[in-house]
Amino acid sequence: MIRSLGRIGRGGEAGLGRWFVIALPYFWLALFFLVPFLIVLKIAFSNVQLSMPPVEPVVTWATDKVLQVRLHFANFAFVLGDSLYLAAFLNSIQIAAISTLLALLLGYPMAYGIARASGTWRNILFLFVVLPFFTSFLLRVYAWLGLLGRNGPVNGLLLKLHLISEPLQLLQTPFAVYLGMVYSYLPFMVLPLYSAIEKLDLTLLEAAADLGCRPTRAFFAITLPLTREGIFAGCLLVFIPAVGEYVIPALLGGPDTLMIGRVVWDEFFGNRDWPVASALAIILLAVLSGFVLLLQKVQSREGAGP
Amino acid sequence: MTIPTAPGATTPAGAPYVRIDHLTKRFGDFIAVRQVSLEISRGEIFCLLGGSGCGKTTLLRMLAGFETPTEGAIYIDGTDVTLVPPYERPVNMMFQSYALFPHMTVEQNVAFGLQQDRTPRVEMKDRVAEMLSLVQLSGYEKRKPHQLSGGQRQRVALARALVKRPKLLLLDEPLGALDKKLRERTQFELVNLQEQLGVTFVIVTHDQEEAMTLASRIGVMRAGEILQVGTPTDIYEFPNSRFVADFIGSVNMTEGKLVEDEPDHVLIDCPQFGAAVYVDHGVSAPPDAQVSVAIRPEKIQLSREQPEQGHNVLSGVIVGIAYLGDVTRYLVRLPTGFVLRVTAPNVYRHEERLEQDETVFLRWHESAAVVVTR
Repeated sequence: MIRSLGRIGRGGEAGLGRWFVIALPYFWLALFFLVPFLIVLKIAFSNVQLSMPPVEPVVTWATDKVLQVRLHFANFAFVLGDSLYLAAFLNSIQIAAISTLLALLLGYPMAYGIARASGTWRNILFLFVVLPFFTSFLLRVYAWLGLLGRNGPVNGLLLKLHLISEPLQLLQTPFAVYLGMVYSYLPFMVLPLYSAIEKLDLTLLEAAADLGCRPTRAFFAITLPLTREGIFAGCLLVFIPAVGEYVIPALLGGPDTLMIGRVVWDEFFGNRDWPVASALAIILLAVLSGFVLLLQKVQSREGAGP
Repeated sequence: MTIPTAPGATTPAGAPYVRIDHLTKRFGDFIAVRQVSLEISRGEIFCLLGGSGCGKTTLLRMLAGFETPTEGAIYIDGTDVTLVPPYERPVNMMFQSYALFPHMTVEQNVAFGLQQDRTPRVEMKDRVAEMLSLVQLSGYEKRKPHQLSGGQRQRVALARALVKRPKLLLLDEPLGALDKKLRERTQFELVNLQEQLGVTFVIVTHDQEEAMTLASRIGVMRAGEILQVGTPTDIYEFPNSRFVADFIGSVNMTEGKLVEDEPDHVLIDCPQFGAAVYVDHGVSAPPDAQVSVAIRPEKIQLSREQPEQGHNVLSGVIVGIAYLGDVTRYLVRLPTGFVLRVTAPNVYRHEERLEQDETVFLRWHESAAVVVTR
C-alpha cells in the first residue's frame, strides 16, 4: 500500500500536484518573508546617505567592470556598544516576560473553564475569547486610552465608589502597558492552552484521586505536566510578539517605557537612520530565534514520551 | 512470596465485607442503577456481569467514589463510605483504559499512590520493587507506558492499584483490551494473585466466559437491576429468569404451558417442540401458567437409533453441523420447524459421525430443562 502510493507520488501528475502543494506556501514565505528579510539584512550592513532611500547601496558596479560589495559593520558595533539599546532590549524582554506570565496565570483558568464547560457553554465562552479579533487591534488599544484617561469611566467609577478622592494617573504608566499587553495577547495564550487541556484524558485524574491524590495535588502532578506543550506554545505566541511590540507601549506607556519596538521606530522615522534600525531588527530576530530554539530543546529533552 | 493483606480487618468472620444497601443512581430522567442491594464477603472475587448500559460500570464507579448515589448507602468493612471522596476510600481501581500516567515511568506510576500517603522513601522503594516482581515486570522500572505492550500495561495498572494494599480492588473490564491468548493466561494470573494477596475483588465485565472463569460469585445485571446473584454453577444451571438463561452461555428457549403440576414433577406443553417437556421437580407457578423452558445444547443427546420410550424424546433433521474439534455443534430442525441447538463432545477419534440431512433422535434428561416464570 505504502509502496504503491510512493510509486504514484514519484512520477506523473500526482507527484507534480504534491510538489505544487508543498511549493506554494514556501514560495509565499520566500516572497513575503525571506526577501524582505534579506533587504533588511542588506540595509543593516549599509551606511546612511542623503538620498532616497537614505542608504548607500551595498552592491555597486564600480568602474573597470568590478562588482563592489561594501559591508559596514559599524551599525552593529554602534548598537552593541551603546547601553541605551541594551537597556531597551532588556526592558522589552522583562516587560514581555512579565506580560507572558500574567497572561498564563489569567489564561490557564480561562482555558480550563472553557475546556470543562458543557457543549453550548463551551461555544459561547470560546466566542468571547475570539470576539476581540473582529475589531481592529489599533482600535482596541485606542479604546483603552479612553477607558483609562483622567476623565475616563475607570476613574469615574473609582471616584463614585469613593475609593479615590482625585483621578489616578493610569495612562503613561507601566500598569497601562501590562494591561494592554495582557489584554491584547490573552487569546493567543488561551487557544493553545484550551486545546491541550481539552485533550487531557479525565480518567487520569480519576486514577489519581483513586490512588489518594487530592484535586489540588492532582492538578500539579497530572494536569499541569500533561498540558505542558500548550503552556510552551501559548507562552511563545505571547512572548515573541510582545518583545517587539510597538503600538501598546507607544500609546499606553510613558516616555520612560523604553521598548525595542519603539526604539526601532524612532531610528527609522525620527532619525532616518535605516541601517541602525535594521541592525536592531536583525539582533532582535536573532535573540528571539535563540529563545525559540532553547525552548524547543528543553521541550524535546523533557518530553521523551507523548 | 507473601504480602500482608489489607490492614484493619475488623469485620467478624461471615459478616459481609462490602454491603450495598438499596443503591440508586439517576442521571436526569435515566435510572442507571435501581435499588441494588448486595453483600460481598472478604476475599471474594465478585463479578458484575451484564451488557453495555446495564449499570454495572456506574455501580463500580459508586464503589470507587466517582459517582455519588442518588439513594442508598455503601458500607465497606462496616464503615459507611457513601459520601467519602475517592481519595479517602480504602479502595483502588484498575481502569478499563488502565489510565497510566503517560509522563511517568513504570516505577513512578506504581509509586504514585504511596507518595500520596507520604510513605517513607525506603519502604516505598521496597514495596514498588516487590509489587513489580509480583507482576513480573522487574527490569521495566524506567520505561514509560508507551514503551510497553498491552499486556505489560495491564500489569502495571494492576501493580499500581494493588501496591496500596486496598481492602477492595475494583476492576473495570480488566482483560478487555487484551487479545484472546493473553486474556486466557492473564485470567489465571489474576486469580493466583488474588489468592496470594487475599484482597477482595469486584470485577465488571460483559464477557460471560471471563466472569465464569474468574468469579466466585456472579451478579447478572440488566437495566440497572441485579437479576440473579450466585456461583457460576448456580447462574448457569439454575438461572432464575429468561434473561439470565439466555445471557449466560447458549440455550434453547421455548414457551410452554403448565399442564401437569405435581410436587415431584411438572409437564409443560411446548407447541414449538410439538411435545410436552417433563421436568423432575415442582414449579411454583399457578396452573395453566405460561412459562419458559430452557435447555442447554450440551444437555441434549443425539442418536440414530430411537431411544427406549420415555420422556423428552423428539426427532428431527440435522440442518447444520459445525465441527470445532473438542465438540461438534448441530442444528436440528423439528417437524414443527423449530430449530434446536445441540452440542456433542467428540469422545472418540474414529467415530461414525452424524451427517447433514440425517434424521436423528434427540433426548434429554428429566432434570435437564430449566423452567423460568419471568
